[in-house]
Amino acid sequence: MFEQAIGKKSDKVKNTVERGAVKKFAEAIGDPHPVFIDDVKFSRNIAPPTFPRVFDYGTIQDLDLPKKGLIHGEQNYHYERPLLVGEEILCYAEVEDYYERSGKSGDMGFLKVKRYGEDLEGKLIFSEEQVVIITEAVRKEMQV
Amino acid sequence: MTLLGELQAGDSLDTVTLPAVTRLDLIKYAGASGDYNPIHTIDEEAKKAGLPGVIAHGMWTMGNLAKLFTPYYEEGFIQDYSIRFKGMVFVNDIISLHAVVDANREEEITFDVFAENQDGKSVIEGHVVFCKRLTEVATY
Repeated sequence: MFEQAIGKKSDKVKNTVERGAVKKFAEAIGDPHPVFIDDVKFSRNIAPPTFPRVFDYGTIQDLDLPKKGLIHGEQNYHYERPLLVGEEILCYAEVEDYYERSGKSGDMGFLKVKRYGEDLEGKLIFSEEQVVIITEAVRKEMQV
Repeated sequence: MTLLGELQAGDSLDTVTLPAVTRLDLIKYAGASGDYNPIHTIDEEAKKAGLPGVIAHGMWTMGNLAKLFTPYYEEGFIQDYSIRFKGMVFVNDIISLHAVVDANREEEITFDVFAENQDGKSVIEGHVVFCKRLTEVATY
Protein backbone atom coordinates (compact mmCIF):
# COMPACT_ATOMS: atom_id res chain seq x y z
CA MET A 1 0.00 0.00 0.00
CA PHE A 2 3.03 2.26 0.10
CA GLU A 3 4.56 0.98 -3.14
CA GLN A 4 3.65 4.20 -4.92
CA ALA A 5 5.76 6.15 -2.44
CA ILE A 6 9.03 4.35 -3.25
CA GLY A 7 11.61 6.86 -4.48
CA LYS A 8 9.64 9.89 -3.26
CA LYS A 9 11.70 12.51 -1.43
CA SER A 10 10.97 15.44 0.82
CA ASP A 11 12.27 18.94 0.12
CA LYS A 12 15.40 19.83 2.05
CA VAL A 13 14.91 21.56 5.41
CA LYS A 14 17.57 23.61 7.14
CA ASN A 15 18.25 22.52 10.73
CA THR A 16 20.66 23.77 13.37
CA VAL A 17 22.44 21.41 15.73
CA GLU A 18 21.26 23.38 18.75
CA ARG A 19 23.44 23.39 21.83
CA GLY A 20 20.52 23.23 24.26
CA ALA A 21 18.87 20.41 22.33
CA VAL A 22 22.11 18.39 22.31
CA LYS A 23 22.49 18.86 26.06
CA LYS A 24 18.91 17.81 26.74
CA PHE A 25 19.28 14.80 24.45
CA ALA A 26 22.60 13.70 25.99
CA GLU A 27 21.00 13.89 29.43
CA ALA A 28 17.96 11.92 28.27
CA ILE A 29 20.15 9.01 27.14
CA GLY A 30 22.15 9.21 30.36
CA ASP A 31 25.31 10.39 28.62
CA PRO A 32 26.04 14.02 29.61
CA HIS A 33 29.72 13.70 28.64
CA PRO A 34 31.81 16.90 28.29
CA VAL A 35 32.54 16.04 24.65
CA PHE A 36 28.85 16.82 23.95
CA ILE A 37 28.15 19.65 26.34
CA ASP A 38 31.27 21.35 27.75
CA ASP A 39 32.40 24.17 25.47
CA VAL A 40 35.10 25.30 27.89
CA LYS A 41 36.92 21.97 28.01
CA PHE A 42 36.37 21.32 24.28
CA SER A 43 36.73 23.94 21.58
CA ARG A 44 34.12 22.07 19.58
CA ASN A 45 31.37 19.80 20.80
CA ILE A 46 29.79 16.98 18.86
CA ALA A 47 26.29 15.50 18.99
CA PRO A 48 25.58 11.91 20.11
CA PRO A 49 25.27 9.50 17.15
CA THR A 50 21.52 8.99 17.60
CA PHE A 51 20.80 12.75 17.90
CA PRO A 52 19.56 13.11 14.26
CA ARG A 53 16.25 11.79 15.58
CA VAL A 54 15.35 15.37 16.48
CA PHE A 55 15.79 17.00 13.05
CA ASP A 56 13.01 18.08 10.72
CA TYR A 57 13.36 16.13 7.45
CA GLY A 58 10.37 17.69 5.70
CA THR A 59 7.30 15.90 4.41
CA ILE A 60 7.25 13.17 1.79
CA GLN A 61 4.22 13.55 -0.48
CA ASP A 62 1.93 10.50 -0.65
CA LEU A 63 3.28 9.02 2.56
CA ASP A 64 0.61 9.16 5.22
CA LEU A 65 1.79 7.06 8.11
CA PRO A 66 -0.53 6.23 10.98
CA LYS A 67 0.38 7.86 14.29
CA LYS A 68 -0.04 4.64 16.22
CA GLY A 69 0.73 0.96 15.89
CA LEU A 70 4.01 1.18 14.00
CA ILE A 71 6.87 -1.06 15.10
CA HIS A 72 10.43 0.16 14.80
CA GLY A 73 12.32 -2.82 13.40
CA GLU A 74 15.78 -1.57 12.55
CA GLN A 75 17.81 1.60 12.66
CA ASN A 76 21.16 2.25 10.97
CA TYR A 77 23.37 5.34 11.06
CA HIS A 78 26.29 6.14 8.82
CA TYR A 79 28.59 9.09 9.48
CA GLU A 80 31.21 10.66 7.20
CA ARG A 81 32.26 12.73 10.19
CA PRO A 82 30.76 13.65 13.58
CA LEU A 83 27.98 16.21 13.73
CA LEU A 84 29.16 19.48 15.30
CA VAL A 85 27.19 21.45 17.82
CA GLY A 86 26.17 24.79 16.34
CA GLU A 87 26.42 23.86 12.68
CA GLU A 88 23.64 24.27 10.14
CA ILE A 89 22.68 21.27 8.05
CA LEU A 90 20.20 20.42 5.32
CA CYS A 91 18.00 17.39 5.96
CA TYR A 92 15.67 15.40 3.74
CA ALA A 93 14.04 11.97 3.68
CA GLU A 94 13.36 9.41 0.97
CA VAL A 95 11.23 6.28 0.81
CA GLU A 96 13.77 3.63 -0.06
CA ASP A 97 11.59 0.55 -0.24
CA TYR A 98 8.30 -1.03 0.76
CA TYR A 99 7.39 -4.71 0.68
CA GLU A 100 4.98 -7.08 2.37
CA ARG A 101 5.61 -10.45 3.94
CA SER A 102 3.36 -13.02 5.57
CA GLY A 103 4.10 -13.77 9.20
CA LYS A 104 2.63 -15.37 12.28
CA SER A 105 0.44 -12.34 13.00
CA GLY A 106 -0.76 -11.85 9.43
CA ASP A 107 0.69 -9.83 6.58
CA MET A 108 3.30 -7.32 7.62
CA GLY A 109 4.43 -4.28 5.66
CA PHE A 110 8.08 -3.24 5.81
CA LEU A 111 8.80 0.39 5.04
CA LYS A 112 12.38 1.57 4.63
CA VAL A 113 12.90 5.30 4.99
CA LYS A 114 16.31 6.84 4.45
CA ARG A 115 17.19 10.23 5.87
CA TYR A 116 20.12 12.45 5.04
CA GLY A 117 22.01 15.31 6.64
CA GLU A 118 24.31 17.43 4.47
CA ASP A 119 26.43 20.52 5.04
CA LEU A 120 25.33 23.71 3.32
CA GLU A 121 27.55 22.87 0.31
CA GLY A 122 25.63 19.64 -0.16
CA LYS A 123 28.32 17.33 1.19
CA LEU A 124 26.96 14.32 3.11
CA ILE A 125 27.55 14.31 6.87
CA PHE A 126 25.28 11.41 7.86
CA SER A 127 22.57 9.15 6.57
CA GLU A 128 20.18 6.97 8.50
CA GLU A 129 17.95 4.13 7.49
CA GLN A 130 14.86 3.22 9.44
CA VAL A 131 12.83 0.07 8.94
CA VAL A 132 9.25 0.43 10.15
CA ILE A 133 6.97 -2.58 10.41
CA ILE A 134 3.28 -1.99 9.77
CA THR A 135 1.09 -4.79 11.08
CA GLU A 136 -1.99 -6.09 9.30
CA ALA A 137 -4.28 -4.70 12.00
CA VAL A 138 -2.93 -1.20 11.44
CA ARG A 139 -3.12 -1.47 7.67
CA LYS A 140 -6.76 -2.56 7.87
CA GLU A 141 -7.59 0.45 9.99
CA MET A 142 -5.92 2.74 7.47
CA GLN A 143 -8.05 1.48 4.61
CA VAL A 144 -11.30 2.34 6.37
CA MET B 1 49.32 3.70 22.32
CA THR B 2 45.70 4.77 22.45
CA LEU B 3 43.10 3.02 24.58
CA LEU B 4 41.29 1.51 21.62
CA GLY B 5 44.50 0.57 19.81
CA GLU B 6 45.24 -2.16 22.32
CA LEU B 7 41.95 -3.98 21.88
CA GLN B 8 41.89 -7.37 20.19
CA ALA B 9 39.11 -9.52 18.76
CA GLY B 10 37.05 -10.95 21.62
CA ASP B 11 37.89 -8.13 24.07
CA SER B 12 34.99 -6.21 25.59
CA LEU B 13 34.53 -2.58 26.44
CA ASP B 14 33.54 -2.03 30.06
CA THR B 15 29.94 -3.18 30.49
CA VAL B 16 27.52 -0.59 31.83
CA THR B 17 24.44 -1.56 33.83
CA LEU B 18 21.75 1.10 33.83
CA PRO B 19 19.66 1.92 36.89
CA ALA B 20 16.16 0.39 36.72
CA VAL B 21 14.16 2.08 33.94
CA THR B 22 11.73 4.71 35.26
CA ARG B 23 8.75 6.35 33.64
CA LEU B 24 10.56 9.65 34.03
CA ASP B 25 13.42 8.33 31.85
CA LEU B 26 10.90 7.77 29.07
CA ILE B 27 9.16 11.11 29.57
CA LYS B 28 12.54 12.85 29.36
CA TYR B 29 13.45 10.97 26.20
CA ALA B 30 10.08 11.80 24.65
CA GLY B 31 10.73 15.49 25.28
CA ALA B 32 14.35 15.43 24.13
CA SER B 33 13.69 13.42 20.96
CA GLY B 34 10.26 14.75 20.03
CA ASP B 35 8.85 11.20 19.92
CA TYR B 36 5.58 11.57 21.80
CA ASN B 37 4.03 8.23 20.83
CA PRO B 38 1.93 7.68 23.99
CA ILE B 39 2.72 3.95 24.28
CA HIS B 40 6.02 5.12 25.78
CA THR B 41 4.54 7.34 28.47
CA ILE B 42 0.85 6.63 29.16
CA ASP B 43 -0.19 3.19 30.48
CA GLU B 44 -3.74 3.46 29.15
CA GLU B 45 -2.48 4.01 25.60
CA ALA B 46 0.02 1.16 25.95
CA LYS B 47 -2.81 -1.14 27.07
CA LYS B 48 -4.96 -0.09 24.14
CA ALA B 49 -2.09 -1.21 21.94
CA GLY B 50 -2.12 -4.62 23.62
CA LEU B 51 0.89 -4.03 25.87
CA PRO B 52 1.00 -4.70 29.63
CA GLY B 53 2.33 -1.18 30.27
CA VAL B 54 4.48 1.52 28.77
CA ILE B 55 7.57 0.40 26.88
CA ALA B 56 10.80 2.29 26.32
CA HIS B 57 11.45 3.91 22.95
CA GLY B 58 13.76 1.58 21.02
CA MET B 59 15.81 4.67 20.27
CA TRP B 60 16.22 5.34 24.00
CA THR B 61 17.95 1.99 24.39
CA MET B 62 19.96 2.55 21.20
CA GLY B 63 21.03 5.99 22.44
CA ASN B 64 22.09 4.54 25.78
CA LEU B 65 24.10 1.74 24.18
CA ALA B 66 26.21 4.24 22.23
CA LYS B 67 27.60 5.65 25.47
CA LEU B 68 30.01 2.73 25.72
CA PHE B 69 31.96 4.55 22.99
CA THR B 70 31.75 8.09 24.32
CA PRO B 71 35.05 7.89 26.29
CA TYR B 72 36.86 7.23 22.98
CA TYR B 73 35.68 10.18 20.89
CA GLU B 74 39.10 11.78 21.11
CA GLU B 75 40.44 8.78 19.18
CA GLY B 76 37.86 8.71 16.41
CA PHE B 77 34.11 8.52 15.87
CA ILE B 78 31.24 6.11 15.27
CA GLN B 79 31.09 5.70 11.51
CA ASP B 80 28.34 3.08 11.36
CA TYR B 81 25.84 2.09 14.00
CA SER B 82 23.27 -0.56 13.04
CA ILE B 83 20.66 -1.92 15.38
CA ARG B 84 17.85 -4.47 15.22
CA PHE B 85 15.14 -4.05 17.86
CA LYS B 86 14.57 -7.51 19.33
CA GLY B 87 12.52 -7.14 22.48
CA MET B 88 10.56 -4.67 24.55
CA VAL B 89 11.95 -2.75 27.53
CA PHE B 90 9.53 -2.11 30.39
CA VAL B 91 9.60 0.20 33.39
CA ASN B 92 11.73 -1.35 36.20
CA ASP B 93 13.78 -3.43 33.77
CA ILE B 94 17.50 -3.45 34.41
CA ILE B 95 19.37 -3.10 31.17
CA SER B 96 23.05 -3.83 30.67
CA LEU B 97 25.07 -2.56 27.72
CA HIS B 98 27.75 -4.61 25.96
CA ALA B 99 30.30 -4.19 23.17
CA VAL B 100 32.69 -6.94 22.03
CA VAL B 101 35.50 -6.36 19.53
CA ASP B 102 34.96 -8.19 16.29
CA ALA B 103 38.15 -6.98 14.55
CA ASN B 104 40.71 -4.23 15.16
CA ARG B 105 42.03 -3.01 11.83
CA GLU B 106 44.36 -0.18 10.93
CA GLU B 107 41.62 2.36 10.22
CA GLU B 108 38.63 1.01 12.10
CA ILE B 109 37.45 -1.28 14.85
CA THR B 110 34.28 -3.28 14.42
CA PHE B 111 32.18 -4.28 17.42
CA ASP B 112 29.22 -6.54 18.09
CA VAL B 113 26.97 -4.59 20.41
CA PHE B 114 23.87 -5.50 22.38
CA ALA B 115 21.73 -4.53 25.34
CA GLU B 116 20.06 -7.17 27.48
CA ASN B 117 17.53 -7.18 30.29
CA GLN B 118 17.73 -8.72 33.78
CA ASP B 119 16.70 -12.11 32.35
CA GLY B 120 19.62 -12.12 29.93
CA LYS B 121 17.34 -11.54 26.97
CA SER B 122 18.77 -9.38 24.22
CA VAL B 123 16.52 -6.35 23.60
CA ILE B 124 18.59 -4.69 20.88
CA GLU B 125 21.60 -5.95 18.99
CA GLY B 126 23.79 -4.87 16.13
CA HIS B 127 27.16 -3.53 15.08
CA VAL B 128 29.37 -0.49 15.47
CA VAL B 129 32.19 0.53 13.15
CA PHE B 130 34.44 2.93 15.04
CA CYS B 131 36.61 4.93 12.64
CA LYS B 132 40.10 5.70 13.97
CA ARG B 133 40.59 8.46 11.39
CA LEU B 134 40.64 11.86 13.02
CA THR B 135 39.20 14.21 10.45
CA GLU B 136 39.94 17.90 10.83
CA VAL B 137 36.60 18.45 12.50
CA ALA B 138 37.11 15.48 14.78
CA THR B 139 40.04 17.12 16.54
CA TYR B 140 38.04 18.84 19.17
